[in-house]
Amino acid sequence: MTEIDVARHSNQIDPVLHIWGWEIPVYLFLGGMAAGAMILSSLLALRRGERSPTARWLTLAAPLLVSVGMGALFLDLAHKLYVWRFYLAFRWTSPMSWGAWILVVVYPVTLLFAAASLDEAQVARASGFLGRLGLGKLPALLRGLAAGRERALAWAHLGTGAGLGIYTGILLSTLGARALWGSALLGPLFLVSGLSTGAALFLLFPVKEEERHYLVRWDMLAIGLEVLLLVLVIVGLSTGGAAGQEAVGLILGGRFTAQFWTLVVIGGLVAPVLLETLEARFHYRVTAVAPLLVLVGGFALRWILVAAGQVA
Amino acid sequence: MKKRYAMAMDTRRCVGCNACVIACKTENALHTGGFRDWIVQEVSGTFPSLQMEIRSERCNHCSDAPCVGACPTGASHVAEGGVVMVNKQKCTGCKACIASCAYGARYVHEDGFVDKCTFCLHRVQKGKQPACVETCPTRSLTFGDLADPESPVTRLVRTRRFKVLQPETGNEPNLYFLS
Repeated sequence: MTEIDVARHSNQIDPVLHIWGWEIPVYLFLGGMAAGAMILSSLLALRRGERSPTARWLTLAAPLLVSVGMGALFLDLAHKLYVWRFYLAFRWTSPMSWGAWILVVVYPVTLLFAAASLDEAQVARASGFLGRLGLGKLPALLRGLAAGRERALAWAHLGTGAGLGIYTGILLSTLGARALWGSALLGPLFLVSGLSTGAALFLLFPVKEEERHYLVRWDMLAIGLEVLLLVLVIVGLSTGGAAGQEAVGLILGGRFTAQFWTLVVIGGLVAPVLLETLEARFHYRVTAVAPLLVLVGGFALRWILVAAGQVA
Repeated sequence: MKKRYAMAMDTRRCVGCNACVIACKTENALHTGGFRDWIVQEVSGTFPSLQMEIRSERCNHCSDAPCVGACPTGASHVAEGGVVMVNKQKCTGCKACIASCAYGARYVHEDGFVDKCTFCLHRVQKGKQPACVETCPTRSLTFGDLADPESPVTRLVRTRRFKVLQPETGNEPNLYFLS
């Protein structure tokens, strides 16, 4: 038996002095969803045929989600007045630095892509809305810049989205001192989870029937990959060293077990797949339940990983 | 020869009096609840055959410091003699360094930036010892330059049995616990 007595306040012992609170999981969730939204709206644009007006409007989801997420990130900073310091340096070893710069790239790419995606009537409405803020000329200006480059923009938009999605997972996995975050698979895991939450967000809006089928297919594929990657993360940690086994024990019998299996696995992965399969096979009435469950599951996954990682 | 500052901590001399903790707090004017060093008492075995080790711990000033790599702004950096320092004018308080440290050596200062042990570099540069070393009543702490073969810390590491904490991290910590 070993008893350790540490005479100090410590982030690792005193839960009041934790490292990251609600802000980081909220940001990882919104950032991941924005990444999924970017990838899916690029895919919708690259397909043959006309997009529905809803699908066109949804190209604006990513910049809005990223903005709210960046707000959460800002609230997390302990030294808020120095936030500009992120943009006076690029440190290639620091995923936090990569993230800060990716977020800057996201804005021009998403806004140009959205301007290229909206139709004439929508651009007029956007100009009207932005006109009240004195930015009425912006949509037309962006549209002029994007003209004739729609396909290239869609591909750039897709790549930036994938980068954003992978980054949200890499942020945790490079912090080697926390065993639960030690898996490099967190990058692809957060990417596919972001893809499925992005699809779930789109499914809450009245897109065309044919677009809905397309999104549901992507959602199912993303959930399938997510299950596979989760299994690999758990297997990897439990067959690794003692630290990894202890960390993964938090969701295999430890204090995060109930939340993980009910919210993430059953609620966020199994139930939505079941519902979407039933809706597709038996032509049941489509409800918002499956997408909402996916969103809850995606948020719970990040919340649990961020919280449990700091305990391990 | 490039300096490589390190500290040897004699666990057989230390009585856990916390004088190093208070000396550090006073020297560096740390706020309430902020500590750059701390005492760990580790009791192991089964009663009645118990043994206790007392350690005075602080930042390990790792030769391969993950906190410096994790810092997005360059606030965390390696200064003279391999000492890991935080430039508070560059720190955004994003806490990536805290998450990357296996030793829990960093904390958020009440003014927002991340704070940690500096090996009292401001004293060392004037030829003085770090505050904790100077204060230690049992002379458990020895600070010096490992690159100098004749420095007291080099001699201790050469002649005594020692361990470093969590060598499996691969960070090459520079705090040597003598036993």
